[in-house]
Amino acid sequence: MTLQSGQTTSPMLVPSAAARGATMVRVEGLTHRYGERVALRMIDMEIGQGEFFGLLGPNGSGKSTLLRILGTLLRPSEGRITVGGHDVLRESAAVRDALGVVFQSPGLDGKLSVEENLRFQGYLFGMRGAMLKRRIGELLDWLTLANRARDKVETLSGGLKRRVELAKALLHQPRLLLLDEPSTGLDPAARQAFWRLLGDIRAETGLTVVVTTHLLDEADDCHRVALLAQGQLVAMDDPEKLKARLGMAVARIKTRDPEGVLHRLREEEGLPAELVDGEIRVTGQEVVERMPGLMKRFHPDIDAFQVGRPTLEDVFLAMTGYVISTHGEGEDTNG
Amino acid sequence: MVDTTATAPAVRTLPRRNNFLLATWSLFYREVLRFLRQRNRVMGSIGTPLLFWAMLGSGFGESLRPPGMEGALDYRTFFFPGTVMLVVLFTAIFSSISVIQDRNEGFLQGVVVAPVPRISIVLGKVLGGATLGLLQGLVLLLLAPLMGLPFSALGLLQGAAIVLLTAIGMSALGFAFAWRTDSVQGFHAVMNLLLMPMWLLSGALFPVEGAAQWIRYVMMANPLHYGVNALRQVQHGVPMEAFPWNETVVLGCFALVTVLLGVWLAGRPEKS
Repeated sequence: MTLQSGQTTSPMLVPSAAARGATMVRVEGLTHRYGERVALRMIDMEIGQGEFFGLLGPNGSGKSTLLRILGTLLRPSEGRITVGGHDVLRESAAVRDALGVVFQSPGLDGKLSVEENLRFQGYLFGMRGAMLKRRIGELLDWLTLANRARDKVETLSGGLKRRVELAKALLHQPRLLLLDEPSTGLDPAARQAFWRLLGDIRAETGLTVVVTTHLLDEADDCHRVALLAQGQLVAMDDPEKLKARLGMAVARIKTRDPEGVLHRLREEEGLPAELVDGEIRVTGQEVVERMPGLMKRFHPDIDAFQVGRPTLEDVFLAMTGYVISTHGEGEDTNG
Repeated sequence: MVDTTATAPAVRTLPRRNNFLLATWSLFYREVLRFLRQRNRVMGSIGTPLLFWAMLGSGFGESLRPPGMEGALDYRTFFFPGTVMLVVLFTAIFSSISVIQDRNEGFLQGVVVAPVPRISIVLGKVLGGATLGLLQGLVLLLLAPLMGLPFSALGLLQGAAIVLLTAIGMSALGFAFAWRTDSVQGFHAVMNLLLMPMWLLSGALFPVEGAAQWIRYVMMANPLHYGVNALRQVQHGVPMEAFPWNETVVLGCFALVTVLLGVWLAGRPEKS
């Protein structure tokens, strides 16, 4: 099954050679304020065609604001943003044509059936007739929704609704897919299924995908992630390279007396220990080498001593001093 | 950065058309479809004119007789256009609540990010609301003979035209308010504040001629006044040369201005 199914090909609709394999999203000097509050400060970034790009940050970091600006929903205070070479402000129609968006809040009409929702979406994008019908059929098959096509959307489970949203966003063959916290409201199984599906879609179409998330395992899958904290771009790189920057290891220590152990690690051992969510973390290679001695001196006071590779969470903490919520759900509507 | 040459880029192969009409029609059709799928709304919208008809046609009509008006028939004749407009006004304006609902439910975001001309978004909603208003107006107009009012096919047709034009303006007014309102309660509060005086001073209850000077000015500025006035003139059918063209032009201008206001509001990306 492929996405290229139309019979008539108009040269107008094929992206120019210059746009192919080139920059899909370019953000220059983007600043956005909500009144006095600065939500985004001097952001510069480029996202290449075919890239799977993550915007990672805690609630209120500005990632959803950035996504809304890319989606032509919000007028930035300052800066120049292009999508597929089109300016989001001056050529918003062309940008909208290139975009598929899955919002955090469901964008489906519950009173309409799955098929009707898709059909209306097609109409909004100027698609109709047999071509639209065939395209809807393809997507329903592809996303294994065919047997629910006639059901009203309000009767579907959260995971299925999200899949319909994805079908809706992909219907018009967008060049850039924007996903805002797509896992919101999904249970772990539905979440995994959704990400697997997204992976398949990317593999098959080479679609550029930009996703906001505060979930670290999701960000780990991205080619590159941008770490946002308080509206600032803290780092932007391959997740593996970001982790490598931190040094090889992170030790996690669970204890009933975190304050005491933390104090001793810092004062007696001179280690850069930090307290995160009631757990002590020590970053860097040194802790591995000194592990036997540490174990000997600390074992009466600690419940667990674990050494492993750093996670994106460790990276984020080291770079910003903030902890990203690791506890699943978080509402982030204007953050 | 990934190797973009390894995977085929998603080349656009599906043909597109200019989608103004298609988008407008589909948004309009969705409004109607949603209405028909909510049984309580259908029942309510048919029931309201029936209720008004029952009240106007029976006890209410007999018990109220202002001085100078002899006979229940005259009074009903006087009251009838105002009643029709009351029903139409509420339906047309409150149908715009769906804008707020669509926004809160997220559906509107999906429409706004589509490459749809903003005027399609406005017209789809407004024509949807106006159609529901017209539907209710028609129920009442068709019931007129059962109220003891003379029936005229020409009057029905002319009345429907006036009702539709009024409903478009009112629905567009509702849209413009609803676009910037984030709560249904807030919309209700503002609209009630606006609707009741609008109806009371439309000439539905008392003719403009007898009113105090300042009330007259307010009535002249009230678009609904022209709707009631025009409907009153055509309710039994009039030849084309007697058709209330002045009122029709005012109603048309009001509809145009409110629709354009909606387009302007919907066309601006939000700042917050």
